[in-house]
Amino acid sequence: MSGLRSILDGGGQRKLWHFHGGVHLPDEKGLSNRQPIADAPLPSQLVIPLQQHIGAPARCRVAVGDRVLKGQLIAEPQGYISSPVHASSSGTVVAIEPRPIPHPSGLSSPCVVIETDGEDRWAELPAPLAERPEQIGGCDPAVVRDRVRASGIVGMGGAAFPSNVKLNPGKDQPIETLVINGAECEPYITCDDLLMREQASDIIDGVRIMLHVIAAKKAVIGVEDNKPEAAQALRTAIESAAVGDRVEVAVIPTLYPSGGEKQLIRILTGKEVPSHGIPAQVGIVCQNVGTTAAVADAVLRGRPLIERLVTVTGRAVAEPRNYRVPIGALGETLIAASGGYRGEIAKLVSGGPMMGFRLETDAVPITKATNCLLALTTDESPDPGPALPCIRCGRCAEVCPANLLPQQLYWHARAKELDKVQDFNLFDCIECGCCAHVCPSHIPLVQYYRFAKTESWAREQEKRAADHARERHAAREARLERQERERKAKLRKKKEAVAGGAAASAKVGKADRSTKGTETDKQAAIEAARRRAAEKKATVAKTEQAAQPQGSDAAAASGLPPVDERKGAVLADDPAASRTGSGAGQQGAERQGAEQPVAEGSAAEPSAAGETPAAEGSAAGEKPVAEGSAAGEKPVAEQAAVGETPAAEKPAAEKPAGERHLARRETAVQE
Amino acid sequence: MTMTIISSPHSARVNRVDQVMVQVCLALIPGTAALVWFFGWGVLINMALATVFAVTAEALVMKLRGRPALPAISDYSAVVTALLFALTIPPTLPWWMTLLGILFAIVIVKQLYGGIGYNPFNPAMAGYVFLLISYPVATTSWLPPDVSELLEARDLSTLSFVDSVRLIFTGALPEGLTWDAVSAATPLDELRTMLDQGKTIDMIRESPLWGLFGGRGWEWVGASFLLGGLYLLWRRVITWHIPVAFLGGLLAVAAAFWLVDPQGYPFPTFHLFSGGAILGAFFIATDPVSACTTRRGQLIYAALIGVTVFVIRTWGGYPDAVAFAVLLLNIAVPMIDQYSQPRVFGHGRGERKKA
Repeated sequence: MSGLRSILDGGGQRKLWHFHGGVHLPDEKGLSNRQPIADAPLPSQLVIPLQQHIGAPARCRVAVGDRVLKGQLIAEPQGYISSPVHASSSGTVVAIEPRPIPHPSGLSSPCVVIETDGEDRWAELPAPLAERPEQIGGCDPAVVRDRVRASGIVGMGGAAFPSNVKLNPGKDQPIETLVINGAECEPYITCDDLLMREQASDIIDGVRIMLHVIAAKKAVIGVEDNKPEAAQALRTAIESAAVGDRVEVAVIPTLYPSGGEKQLIRILTGKEVPSHGIPAQVGIVCQNVGTTAAVADAVLRGRPLIERLVTVTGRAVAEPRNYRVPIGALGETLIAASGGYRGEIAKLVSGGPMMGFRLETDAVPITKATNCLLALTTDESPDPGPALPCIRCGRCAEVCPANLLPQQLYWHARAKELDKVQDFNLFDCIECGCCAHVCPSHIPLVQYYRFAKTESWAREQEKRAADHARERHAAREARLERQERERKAKLRKKKEAVAGGAAASAKVGKADRSTKGTETDKQAAIEAARRRAAEKKATVAKTEQAAQPQGSDAAAASGLPPVDERKGAVLADDPAASRTGSGAGQQGAERQGAEQPVAEGSAAEPSAAGETPAAEGSAAGEKPVAEGSAAGEKPVAEQAAVGETPAAEKPAAEKPAGERHLARRETAVQE
Repeated sequence: MTMTIISSPHSARVNRVDQVMVQVCLALIPGTAALVWFFGWGVLINMALATVFAVTAEALVMKLRGRPALPAISDYSAVVTALLFALTIPPTLPWWMTLLGILFAIVIVKQLYGGIGYNPFNPAMAGYVFLLISYPVATTSWLPPDVSELLEARDLSTLSFVDSVRLIFTGALPEGLTWDAVSAATPLDELRTMLDQGKTIDMIRESPLWGLFGGRGWEWVGASFLLGGLYLLWRRVITWHIPVAFLGGLLAVAAAFWLVDPQGYPFPTFHLFSGGAILGAFFIATDPVSACTTRRGQLIYAALIGVTVFVIRTWGGYPDAVAFAVLLLNIAVPMIDQYSQPRVFGHGRGERKKA
């Protein structure tokens, strides 16, 4: 199954492992990789979504009518798991409104619309952190991470997870290997291929920077063997940068989905990222080649992420090729640049044929995560027809890269048996589509899994909300009861003190109180009696004065003064907060609204700790999931709620302020 | 069941149920040819009859169930069931028995459980066993293989096509022939009888029914089915797991007993090349619907079929056992599947599943 096999690749003798299953697909890369990268024409309008990444949407910093310059910040991150957005060209902001974005839901999302002035004038960019990649050693890794964050760099393989977070695995997670993902296993897509061919030195620069940031010893760039030119270009760049001892190109057999993060790590290192875990747990950080080049751009040239390579391909487009596209350019401008559609178009897909999602229109902007616009003809993507009954042939299990039993998942998902479907490890499914691809009954398996995942999350969330409500109710009851008890006790003490003042001192000693309280009481009573004896004319007012301190003393002794009591309530609420925090942002927010002073301080922190790792865990699912995750049900972000890896307490600790944004992010994502 | 596919993947699907079934039919050609060669036209007549019956029955049941009949019959699964059934029955079986067997297979075993994909038992084998139990004599009366020496020895001539048709539809034998003269024991049957009479293997091998490593004629039939099975492997319609485990299990037990007592037990290859072992290993136990779905499960399932075949052949009440063994193990499939699940990527090796 996953036995090791050593394959000699051209460059070295790196031992390669393999993962279970996978499918050989016609790669169709020749359609678009024969021409060099072209610069996309500068469109008259740019539509730049505020949320192009996993995490909280960026907060807009410009207003309609503002003039912006190329590279100028137009939206800032909100919280740790978030990313800023920059203007991709100079011009005027003409609208800030929801526009259709490339998302499987087909819904709109807030975008900044910029009317370009055609001058493409740069804003003043931050100074490079280093002139040359070899000087990066002198930079504090935290500074580099901040630069990566400020430059709006997110995973460009499709997941769009903020890269600075991935570059911050934490001190207790020593990173051994940096894995660079140049596999590009999806058919048709060639933007990484072209990037490696034409900008190999940028990639190597980025690798050197990231090696420094995560303090890893070695970097391996995984490239599928259907891209020999790319591998050669990388080798040449490594040679000319003289980093052959630390950076290596590994040519891996072409097999879908080798470019899945977990699969690539397995192939290159033999390590398995634990279920629900992140690569850092096995000492690995994985980044896409595009991200790597963007890091070099940001660190060495101060340039934010405002453009990316996009493959425009498929047989329904006249001249397939790769473009360097400003973020926010509409898909239709690229299609037009490629000579428009040719013949009958069956589907327009964002991403590849295996994990991409269907676009309703080409009038959607290119985002940081858009790697391909794929116009498929009916021949390329025929209607699979109605699904036939499953004949239990097991081909799905044969090809599943996660070694799941897709057929069992299907039966249980169909029956809505959410417990059973999780017993069969539904959440290890990366939605790569291999099973559906080979299914002779043409069952839309991935659709069933997404459905079951969404249902599970919804149920989980409901359950959490119910638990939370119950706990809050219980806490409130307890608090009221305690207050009542307190009030009564105080009253009683008062009465007793009054009575004690009137009666003999012995009676006071008998009062039903804690030992400490009794002692204090006794002393006070003795004193009062003595005073009474001395003066012989004790007034009621005087006795009361003596009783007052007595009362609060007693309360302090029992640990429940009215003031402290609120704190007690907070503590009682706390576990609930941390439990609910990661998924039920909405409730969290509500709760904050309702119990503002209580929750503000203490409740939010644990929830942040619970959440960040989850979010990171989701990033672990990256590549293959990525597109799928973009796919509609936001599985990645939500997977967060399910994953409970304590791996990334570090980021949370570093940015305790981020937590409430996280809660908000969750809310946003869930809606 | 019909659900528009809005999700990825958008690729052209590479497999189709009907294509899989057609591949299986194609793979049956060499074995069928060998059977026709040795046992006459009856084989083909049975196949045609069974196919017509099966497809008609399937269509009628689908109508009764209020579902479209065309998609059900155009997946060719009924055809495969019919062909496999027809290959296991004697070439002279009366037509109405074929009809009964097919009705049992298609209507009761397959459709009453919900149609393709839902039947726990292999329909062809269930139909055959139904006949075997109901009409034991008719279903075990095979013709002798058409090998010239054999025929000369018994002074027989083969049945012509017309003779076969008449025999199947009217039960009338060509003039001057009796059932005793036409039929012959199968090698497995002969072996049992002889062993029961206390003869040693060496004595039994004197019989003209014996060939090089199995029953005369039968060994060629087996080899032809093997050819078809290899074709299925090559086309990736099946994987090696079930056939190898089946034949491996059978060979291993047979070899063990033969090593202990070579005169009391036949040479292991005899088991492979007599009766339905090869057909069973490549075409019947591999029926995806009724077999295990996990890899390890398939190995266990098929190996146990092989062992059960040997056990029934050696000590059971019937000369051949593939059908019984397959059905017995069919019912064990859910349990085997449950306990043979693979380790999921990213889960520790020792980790136990909750399920």
